[in-house]
Amino acid sequence: MKQKFDIIESTCVPLPLENVDTDQIIPARFLKATTRDEKFFGDNLFRDWRYNADGSPREGFVLNDPRYGGCILVAGKNFGSGSSREHAAWAIAGYGFRVVISSFFADIHKNNELNNFVLPVVVSEDFLSELFEGLAADPGLKVRVDVPAQTVTNLSTGRSERFELNAYKKYCLTNALDDIDYLLEQKGKIEDFERNRQ
Amino acid sequence: MNTLFDKIWDAHVVSLIADGPTQLYIDRLYCHEVTSPQAFDGLRARGIKCLRPKQIFCMPDHNTPTHDQDKPIVDPVSKAQVDALARNAAEFGLTHYGMMSPDNGIIHVVGPEKGLSLPGMTIVCGDSHTSTHGAVGAVAFGIGTSEVEMVLASQCILQQKPRSMSIRIEGELGRGVSAKDVALYLMSKLTTSGATGYFVEYRGSAVRSLSMEGRLTLCNLSIEMGARGGFIAPDETTFAYLKGREYAPKGEAWDRAVEKWKTLRSGEDAVFDKELVFDAADIRPMITYGTNPGMGMPVDGSIPADAAPKALDYMGFQAGQKLLGHPVDYVFLGACTNGRIEDFRAFASLVKGRRKAPGVTAWLVPGSWAVKRQIEEEGLDTLLAEAGFEVRQPGCSACLAMNDDKIPAGKYAVSTSNRNFEGRQGPGSRTLLASPLTAAAAAVTGVVTDPRTLLSPVCHPELAEGSPAL
Repeated sequence: MKQKFDIIESTCVPLPLENVDTDQIIPARFLKATTRDEKFFGDNLFRDWRYNADGSPREGFVLNDPRYGGCILVAGKNFGSGSSREHAAWAIAGYGFRVVISSFFADIHKNNELNNFVLPVVVSEDFLSELFEGLAADPGLKVRVDVPAQTVTNLSTGRSERFELNAYKKYCLTNALDDIDYLLEQKGKIEDFERNRQ
Repeated sequence: MNTLFDKIWDAHVVSLIADGPTQLYIDRLYCHEVTSPQAFDGLRARGIKCLRPKQIFCMPDHNTPTHDQDKPIVDPVSKAQVDALARNAAEFGLTHYGMMSPDNGIIHVVGPEKGLSLPGMTIVCGDSHTSTHGAVGAVAFGIGTSEVEMVLASQCILQQKPRSMSIRIEGELGRGVSAKDVALYLMSKLTTSGATGYFVEYRGSAVRSLSMEGRLTLCNLSIEMGARGGFIAPDETTFAYLKGREYAPKGEAWDRAVEKWKTLRSGEDAVFDKELVFDAADIRPMITYGTNPGMGMPVDGSIPADAAPKALDYMGFQAGQKLLGHPVDYVFLGACTNGRIEDFRAFASLVKGRRKAPGVTAWLVPGSWAVKRQIEEEGLDTLLAEAGFEVRQPGCSACLAMNDDKIPAGKYAVSTSNRNFEGRQGPGSRTLLASPLTAAAAAVTGVVTDPRTLLSPVCHPELAEGSPAL
């Protein structure tokens, strides 16, 4: 969903696992939908970690832990590896997350998040491990993500880091514009390119 | 600087956005049924058409059953998705190879075999294994559905230029060691994120000596090291493979194309952002023990002491354990990784004169109808049938189990596919990734087996003697 980004302050959901692949974020059997129904995908986010085969919630999985909530997902490094399925980003957005914090994202998934107005925030390993420790001790810990300033702050410790976001994408996110809006304005350039390469 | 990746990428730059991504021109877009319907919906919502419909090719592969394809798909949800692709292709004027079309198959098998993927091209598809097409000397990479919509609408995509990596493998591969083993070896060294942010050029004598099918397998698995794509500079092997294919240039146009393609190589002075060198002699037949493709080891090795406990718990293994002799329930030969004619030849060569082990369920799924036809022309189907194996109809099949080919919970599958993630081949399934030869060895013995022990005893008489199948 296109939406404008500014400053987000929220509690977090910690998922301190590394190499979380997109098959875990949304298993293949949920990819058969032909519409972009974010509620459907959100309901099945982390399906096989979140629910038993009989549909009952799996104890111990963080999405089933009432102590944790908020619109920021904090995940271990190499988040979103594997399949290019954008359904993973739809599931994350559909569940209600607007930001994912990790020390490292897989390429395709990172683009998919950005194209769905979910902001991937890359932080240092130190920042991430301190955040996981803080969240384990205090589920009420809040984080502030300031998109215009490109800073992420652990409000419990005050530790703050700057994160990367190119000027183009920042403009898109803060104005709720997507890449297709941009590309559709470039038709002249595309035709020039095609002519020149002949 | 001056790498082949730079040359191809730079030749496709339409514009550079200041402090932003590159607007990159795309020569070829492939669409399958799973990651495209929402992109076509996007076009309809915006009231726009495809800018260059002739450059876009569609075919269903993920949901297709591997038997009775002449009958309607039983699962209504799968059928709806396959039907939606046919409808969208017709509405937007795109070429569509439907189920049962003699041209249908897995998109990454069909593209190269029809000559749709050519050297120097930029190629994308809503599928991470689009890296496969890099084997012909193209810059090919997987994208998300929003990006599919971008290409449908504008034949362009906005991307940050990845960094370049050279992976050089020198020397000769040992007997029984295939491109799949090379890829699993690289993943075990680099991990699943070791090449994230990079585009890989595979080089060196061991890479040059690979057939086109082997190169397609190697490039296919680039994404499993995190790389956006991987490619091999085109050479005589590439030209011989492409010549005469349906969409390859013909006559004088072919000669001109080859002259141009011969210039597609990294300069002597090329500077890569990262360079790695490996010795082919270090690579043995490989198998995975864990829940990502980087968790691999030589088939005769032991699970590392520091292997991730969560992965071992899921797989039912223990650190230090050897997998040789471990019972196998299922064997899967196929997927965009190993569903080509050479893979079936390798599998058939090992099972020839042997029988499928009782208790093993084997699914042999060609990557396309063209591969299936060639299997039959070469008589491999008869040889396989005599050994107790059936060749099914083409599709992605058990690689990700979106059709009926699901590995049951708790069962062990030796699979030639590309991912061993939790639940990938069906909820609770346990996948051991390996080459077609290693899969064949498991299929005839019923246990994890070093395929070298079943090859003709000329090279390894001492090993062959103890072979369970002889």
